[in-house]
Amino acid sequence: MAGQLAPLLAVEGLKVHFHTRDGVVRAVDGVDFQVAPGQTLGIVGESGSGKTVSSLTLLRLAPPPARIVAGRVLFEGEDLLRQSDKRLAQIRGRRMAMIFQNPATSLNPILSIGQQLTEILRWHTGVSRQAALDRAAELLALVGISDPAARLRQYPHELSGGMKQRVGIARALLCEPALLLADEPTTALDVTIQAQILDLLAELRQRLAMSMVLVTHDMGVVARMADRITVMYAGRVCETADAATIFNAPQHPYTRALLQSVPRIDHSYSGARRVLPSIAGRPPDLLHAPPGCRFHDRCPEAAPECRRVMPREHLLAPGHSVSCLRRGSPGEDAP
Amino acid sequence: MTPLLEVRGLRKHYRVAKRGMIERGQSGVVRAVDDVSFVLQAGQTLGLVGESGCGKTTTARSILDLVPADAGEILLDGRDVRPILAGTDRTAMLAVRRRMQYVFQDPYLSLNPRWTINEALREPFRVHAPQHQRDWDGRIAALLETVGLEPRNGVRYPHEFSGGQRQRVGIARALAVEPDVVLLDEPVSSLDISVRSQILNLLAALQDQLGVAYVYISHDLSSVRFISTHVAVMYLGRIVEIGAVDEIFARPRHHYTAALISAIPVPSPGAVDRRVHLRGEVPSAMNRLTGCPFHPRCAAALPICREQDPALQPMGPKTQAACHNPA
Repeated sequence: MAGQLAPLLAVEGLKVHFHTRDGVVRAVDGVDFQVAPGQTLGIVGESGSGKTVSSLTLLRLAPPPARIVAGRVLFEGEDLLRQSDKRLAQIRGRRMAMIFQNPATSLNPILSIGQQLTEILRWHTGVSRQAALDRAAELLALVGISDPAARLRQYPHELSGGMKQRVGIARALLCEPALLLADEPTTALDVTIQAQILDLLAELRQRLAMSMVLVTHDMGVVARMADRITVMYAGRVCETADAATIFNAPQHPYTRALLQSVPRIDHSYSGARRVLPSIAGRPPDLLHAPPGCRFHDRCPEAAPECRRVMPREHLLAPGHSVSCLRRGSPGEDAP
Repeated sequence: MTPLLEVRGLRKHYRVAKRGMIERGQSGVVRAVDDVSFVLQAGQTLGLVGESGCGKTTTARSILDLVPADAGEILLDGRDVRPILAGTDRTAMLAVRRRMQYVFQDPYLSLNPRWTINEALREPFRVHAPQHQRDWDGRIAALLETVGLEPRNGVRYPHEFSGGQRQRVGIARALAVEPDVVLLDEPVSSLDISVRSQILNLLAALQDQLGVAYVYISHDLSSVRFISTHVAVMYLGRIVEIGAVDEIFARPRHHYTAALISAIPVPSPGAVDRRVHLRGEVPSAMNRLTGCPFHPRCAAALPICREQDPALQPMGPKTQAACHNPA
């Protein structure tokens, strides 16, 4: 089981707030998760759930006005939130690397593919230009790009979207990081290309024995890729468990509702009345986060106490934690 | 029975200058929509699916003459309305337009930010004037209620609404003139998952209530399966497979359809991988190949597929596919 391995990454009590003119947006408000060596953690949630801000904060990349208010990010024995910028620069791209959602905007349009890939390698390892080019070509071949030597001389606009995302993956893997962060890596791609990229990530993860944090809103993608899943809602973690438990025996009312509300490609809707179980309302405005459980006003099981007391995550079964007063979670201490 | 909407041989080609060193200055032809035909009855939904660049949006826009087609017939109740839509008789054109309405993908871009919701909804009445002016306000309030919005919020501006609410306004605006056909272009793609199901339910309920027909364009096959009675799969500007939704999802005959369906990850961990793997990527719609346009990526390609372009032919009682070697 995952719990027995010392985690490669442990995020504890992370709070990231946005200090805006209108007030404080509690985008990430007390989030915990772990990733064991070789494991893929899927973080799922809707826009505004805090999943992207959480993942960016691991490398202190969340842009202003984001402010890290509290918490620790323990990675390979150090708290990244307390390291110097210089030390962090050594870790970024080398021990922990990131692939971004939009391959069109995450590559520099005025640098050739070769320049972007070798720059990273030479900065981190100081190898010769030729050695860096060889390594870059090797990586392009690894991610399934044909004729890598020619591609190194090309510019991003000469590549298709799927090809650009492969370059983004190659770039992230140059230094063989222990942990790969992937934020919606296939959302901008067509479905058949998405399938190719997911295959590639699954294969590389195996081959390089790498851990991965996969941020997505797509329940299908996370089912296909993740060993463990953390479900986020409005800046808080609702539930964390292994993938099979999340899909087959979800406990948090939000997880349940979310899974039911997605139409399924393997289900016939003919004949029956076409109604998807849906969650009424919409996620709260985090500028005015409601007291109590963040989900209470949309929750079919909400009790009066849910309106007042914010639940704290607790272990329901080994490896399965949930944050819901109706599932026995204790209340959060007054903030 | 005369179909409500029949599209016959719809074609839209674009002439473009070729880029690159050698071919600079020469022009090529992008076959965005190439001989597209389908039939739609009242109360039905045709899901138009395919990857970016397959021509699904151009097809829908050509039907309304938002993009003028090069050739083809758009038969509404058996009468070709393409000359009317493209013609100079404004009254006749509006009469056709009233019967076919469009809902855009992005509710943030398709509403005028300086108009209140009531003003946005008054516009279709102003243009089409289906009722006396004194009845408009009551009708707008009823419309807002139909799509699940509070009529008193009609005095607000689009920015005060969430994406899902704005899409409700977009739907209300399309329904204002009581159309027979609504073309929905990726209506839930920009919405959050929990809001998507609300809008899909609304569309299904409105169809059951009003008997309106939909053309539902989406790359999201799961929502297509939910909302559609029929589905047409497009590849490089052409329909490669078309028919009843359950038949096509249960047993796709064209290998592209099979690949498309199997590429969608099913939300069940450890689901058996029955993937039909596709080689390469969608080629440019400019380089027209001989034979079947899909043959370079098709694992089941035969020698004939390189030579002869397959036509749509019946594959079962309710489906057609354009394939020499169907699955």
